[in-house]
Amino acid sequence: MLRYILKRFLSLAISLIVASMVIFAVIEIAPGDPAAYMLGINAQPDTIAALRAELGLDQSKLQRYLSWVGGMVVGDFGTSYAYRSPVAEMIGDRLWVSLPLAIYALTLSTIIAFPAGIYAASRRGHFGDTAVMGATQLGVAIPNFWFAMICVLIFAIKLRWFSAGGFPGWDRGFWDGIKALTLPAIALALPQAAILARVMRSSLLDMLGEDFIRTARAKGLSRRQTLWRHALRNAMIPVLTIIGLQFSFLLAGAIIIEQVFFLPGLGRLVFQSISARDLIVVESVVMLLVFAVILVNFLVDLTYAIVDPRLRGRT
Amino acid sequence: MTLLSVRNLNVGIYSKPILKDVSFDIAPGQIVALTGESGSGKSMTALATMGLLPRGAQASGALILDGQDILNLPEPKLCALRGNTMGMVFQEPMTALNPVQTIGNQVAETILIHGPSTRAQAMERARDILDRVGLTAHPLGRYPHEMSGGQRQRVVIAMAIAKRPKLLIADEPTTALDVTTQAQILELLKSLVADFNMGLMMITHDLAVVATMAERIVVMQNGTVVEQGDTAQILHHMRHPYTKSLIAASTHRPDMPPAAPQDDPILVVENATRTYPEPRRRLFGKREYRTAVDGVSLTVNARERVGLVGESGCGKSTLTRAILGLEPLQGGKITAFGQDIATPTPRLRSGLQVVFQDPYSSFNPRHKVARLITEPFHLLPHPPAGKARQDAVAEALIAVGLHAEDGGKYIHEFSGGQRQRIAIARALILRPDLIVFDEAVSALDVSVRAQVLDLLAALCRSHDLAYLFISHDLSVVRSITDRVLVMKAGKIVEQGETETVFSQPKHPYTRVLIDAAPMLPLHNEGIP
Amino acid sequence: MRNLILGAALTTVFVLAALISFIFTPYDIAALDIPNKLQQPSAQHWFGTDHFGRDIFSMIMVGARTSIAVAVLAVGIGMGLGIPLGLTAAARRGGWLDEIIMRGNDLVFAFPALVIAILITAVFGASAVNAIIAIGIFNIPVFARLSRGAALGLWSRDFILSARVAGKSSARISVEHILPNIGNLMIVQGTIQFSLGILAEAGLSYVGLGAQPPTPSWGRMLADAQTLVSIAPHLALFPGMAIILTVLGLNLMGDGLRDWLDPRLRVLRA
Repeated sequence: MLRYILKRFLSLAISLIVASMVIFAVIEIAPGDPAAYMLGINAQPDTIAALRAELGLDQSKLQRYLSWVGGMVVGDFGTSYAYRSPVAEMIGDRLWVSLPLAIYALTLSTIIAFPAGIYAASRRGHFGDTAVMGATQLGVAIPNFWFAMICVLIFAIKLRWFSAGGFPGWDRGFWDGIKALTLPAIALALPQAAILARVMRSSLLDMLGEDFIRTARAKGLSRRQTLWRHALRNAMIPVLTIIGLQFSFLLAGAIIIEQVFFLPGLGRLVFQSISARDLIVVESVVMLLVFAVILVNFLVDLTYAIVDPRLRGRT
Repeated sequence: MTLLSVRNLNVGIYSKPILKDVSFDIAPGQIVALTGESGSGKSMTALATMGLLPRGAQASGALILDGQDILNLPEPKLCALRGNTMGMVFQEPMTALNPVQTIGNQVAETILIHGPSTRAQAMERARDILDRVGLTAHPLGRYPHEMSGGQRQRVVIAMAIAKRPKLLIADEPTTALDVTTQAQILELLKSLVADFNMGLMMITHDLAVVATMAERIVVMQNGTVVEQGDTAQILHHMRHPYTKSLIAASTHRPDMPPAAPQDDPILVVENATRTYPEPRRRLFGKREYRTAVDGVSLTVNARERVGLVGESGCGKSTLTRAILGLEPLQGGKITAFGQDIATPTPRLRSGLQVVFQDPYSSFNPRHKVARLITEPFHLLPHPPAGKARQDAVAEALIAVGLHAEDGGKYIHEFSGGQRQRIAIARALILRPDLIVFDEAVSALDVSVRAQVLDLLAALCRSHDLAYLFISHDLSVVRSITDRVLVMKAGKIVEQGETETVFSQPKHPYTRVLIDAAPMLPLHNEGIP
Repeated sequence: MRNLILGAALTTVFVLAALISFIFTPYDIAALDIPNKLQQPSAQHWFGTDHFGRDIFSMIMVGARTSIAVAVLAVGIGMGLGIPLGLTAAARRGGWLDEIIMRGNDLVFAFPALVIAILITAVFGASAVNAIIAIGIFNIPVFARLSRGAALGLWSRDFILSARVAGKSSARISVEHILPNIGNLMIVQGTIQFSLGILAEAGLSYVGLGAQPPTPSWGRMLADAQTLVSIAPHLALFPGMAIILTVLGLNLMGDGLRDWLDPRLRVLRA
C-alpha cells in the first residue's frame, strides 16, 4: 500500500515538473519583450533595460525557469506586467471563486448521476431506463454555457429566484456565496451528470454480466442485492476514472461559465491577461489549473487502492 | 426416495428449443453425472434447476425438489432456496469470486442471507466451512486474487455448502484445473456428499471423471437425454449409438506409424533458461527474478513425435514460445535445422510451424481462409501467385479434409474442429519438417478431437512430419507420441519412450500426474 | 438501428446545410440591415435577425461550416497522431517506448483543451486554427489510449502469434492485422470525439479563443446573444439548438454504429 502511494506520488512530482517545463517553454515562444510592452512605444532603451533587470528578464532561460518554479513553491508567483502587483494576490482572490464552483459542480453532478445511473441499470430495458437514458443523451449534447444562459433567462430574469450574475464575496457570508454559485454550478453539473450517469449505468451492467454475480445469485441473493452488494463497488473503478477526468472538464467549464455569470474567477483574470499580454499571469494561472488536474488524478489513484484490494499489493 | 426429480423439462430461448423432455432423478447422497458434448444442454439443465436461466428463456415441465415443484416458483421463494436448499459450483474459479471482497465475507454472506445469525456467528461458521474444504491455512481476510485456482474453487464450494444444502450442482467444477488439483477437488466433493448426504448433480464433458465419480450417468445430446442408467452398466452395455460413439471417441487411439529412428535431430534445445523480473517488493529493493524455464535440454528428430506434458505454470508455454522464437532466452541455445532460433532465416521459419489451442482466436476474422492459410508465403522469395497459389490452397485444404472452395469463405463460417483443420492447413502449406502443437486439441469436443488426431496420424505418414506436442492431457499425449518429456517447475524431470514412461514412471512427480489423471476403465477392467 | 438512422439523418442535415451555404444562403450574412434588427422569427426570417439585422438562419448555415471544419480537422489530428502512437506503444508493450508514450499521454490529459487554447492564444493570438490545434492535441491521447488498449488485447491473440511465427515484423502486423480489427472501434470513437469537438469549438468561440469575426460560428453567435437574451431570446435559442441537435445526432450515430458493428450483437441478430 505504502509502495503504491509512494509510486503515485513520484509520478505526480514528475508530471508537475514536466508540465511546468512545457508551460514555461510555450510562453517563451511568445514574440515581443514584456518590458517594452509595459512601458509603451516611447520608452527609452535604458529605462527598458532597467525594467528588464527588475523583472529578471535579463537572466538566462534556465535561471528564470528555476526562479519561477522556486517562487511558486513558496507561493511567490512573480509580479504582474500589467498591474505591477503580485500575481499570487491576484490569483488568490479569484481562486476562491473558481475552485469552489468546480467542487460544487462536481458534488452536484455526482449526487445526480449516481442514483440516476443505478436506477437505470436496475431497470434495464424497462421504461425507467429508457427515460433516464434519453434524458442523458440530451444532457450530453447540451453546451454548458448555453444551458447557463437559458438558466439565467428562466431563473434570474423571468422568475427572479437568483441574481443574473456577479459574486458578493465570501466575506458577505457563506450562504450568500453559495447562492451566487448555485445557478452556475447547476449549469456546469447537469451535462457532466449526464455523462457520469451513462458511465455508471454501463459499468454496472458490465459488472452484472460477470461470473461472480452469478455466484452471488446462486447463494440466494436477489437481483437487487447483487447489484448493491457485489456489482456497485466493482463498478466504481471506471466511474472513479471519469470523476477524475470530469474535474478537469469542470475546471475548464467553470472558466467559461464565469463569463456567463460575470463571476470574478480565474477565467475573467486569464482573459483580461491575454488581452493585456500579461503573460506571467497567464503562465501562472495555467500552471495552477494543470496542478489542480494532476492533483485530483493523484487523489483518484489513491481512491482506487481503497476500492480495489488487487492494487494494494502491487505497484 | 428421490431428492430431485426432473420431469419432462423443456427450455426454449426466444422460442428456440434448447432442452427437450429432459427427465432424471437424483437421490440423497447420490452423485449423478450429466454428460455430453458442447451444446448438449447439460449446463442449461443445471441453470434451470437453480432458476438462473438467462433472459428470454422459458421453461415448462416439472422440477420437484424435496417434494416441491420449484420450476415456476416466484423469485423471492427461489432466492430462499438458492444457497440454502441447493447450492451451485461453477466452472471458472478465477472469475467466480467477487474480487473486492474477502473470502470470509463472501462465505459468511451465504449464511447471513438465509438467516437468523449474527455477523460474528456467520464469520465463525465461515471459518468452520473453510476448514472443512481444506483451507485451514487461509485467514478470512484473504482476497481472491491472493489464491490459486484450486483454492478459489474450494472457496466457491464453501459458499455453496455453507448452509448444508440437500442438493449441490457442480458445473464442470474441475475443467479449468490441473489434473492433480482436479483429483483433490473431486475427492473433496465426494467426501462432502457422503458427510452431508447431499445429492450431487455433476455436469462434465469428461467421461473419465464421470467414471470415477458418478453412480448414475445421464447422457445428453442436442438438448435431449439419449441414455441414462448406472455408471457401470452404461460404460459396459451402452445401447444408444451416440453413447457408444462418445465412449469410443474418449478412448480413441489413432493409428500412428512406427516410431522414427532418433538419428536426425532437427530441433535442439540446449540448457534453455528464461527468467522474468519480479515486481520489486520494496521501492529500492533488489530486483528478483523468477525462472520459468530452468536449463531445459531436448531434441526432436526428423519424423519423430515428441510430447511435452506438465501442469499450468510448469513453464511449458514459455518453452514453447521460446522454441517459436517469440521469447528471448537468458541462457542456453535453441537451434532448428542447424540454425540459431535467435536469428531466424526464412528457411528456418518455413520449416517450423505451429498450431495453437484456441480455434476461435487463431485467425484474423477479417480475412478469407485462402489469405489466412497463405500467410506463411511471405517467407518465400517468390511466393506463388494466381493459379499456383490457388492450387497450393486447394492442396492444403484437401489434405486436412476440407474442400478447395472453402478458401473463399470467412472463418466464422466454420466450426471449432474445422477451424483447427484450417490452422493445420496453414501450418502445412510450406511443407514444414516440424509442427508444434500447443494444446491444439484441448478445446475440442471428444468426437471432433478423435477425428483431428486421426488427421494428424495420416499427415505424419503422408508429409514426413515431426511433431512437438505440448499438452496437459496425458491420454492424448500417450495416444499420439513416441517419446514424452515431463516438465515441472521449469525443469524436465523425466523423459523416455512414451509407453515406458506411462507404464513404469520413474520420477515421483510423473507417478503423481499419472495417478491423478482419471482414466476411463476399459471393457476388461473392473469398475469401482 | 433506429438510433443509427436518426443520428445519421440529423448529422446529414447539418453537413448539407454547411455544404449548401457555400453556394446559397437565404440572405447575405455580410450585409448589415440595421432597420430590420432583432426581428422575431417570421416567414421572411425563419429564425429571426440579430442586432445587425443579419438573418440567423443563414448565419447558422455558415456557422455549421466552421463547427464541422474545426471538429473534423481536430479529430483528424487526434486519429492521425494518436492511433500510430497507440499502435506503436502496443507493439512495444512493456518497453521504454511504451512507457514514454503512455506517460506523455497522461501529461497531455492534464491539459484540458481550454487550457491549451489559452496558452496558444496567449502566444499567437486568437483564431479558428487555435481551436483546431487545441482540440486536436486533446484528442491525441484519447485515440492513443484507446488504440493501445484494443491493440494490446489483440497482441495476445493466437492469430497475431502465428503471424509472428511466420516472421512478420511488428509494424507489418500492426498495419495488416491490428488496424483492421480496431477500425470499427476507432470510427465509433471518432464520431464521439467529433461531437465533443463541436461542443469544445462552441465553448472556445464563445469565450473568444476560437473563430474571430467576421467568420460566423455558433459559439460566437451565442456570445453576441448574451447581453440581448432578455429582450431577444431567439438569438440564443437557435444557435444553441443547432449545437444540441448536431451533437445529439453524432452521439446517436456513434451509439448506433457501435451496436451495429459489434460482432457479439450481430451474432444475436442472426
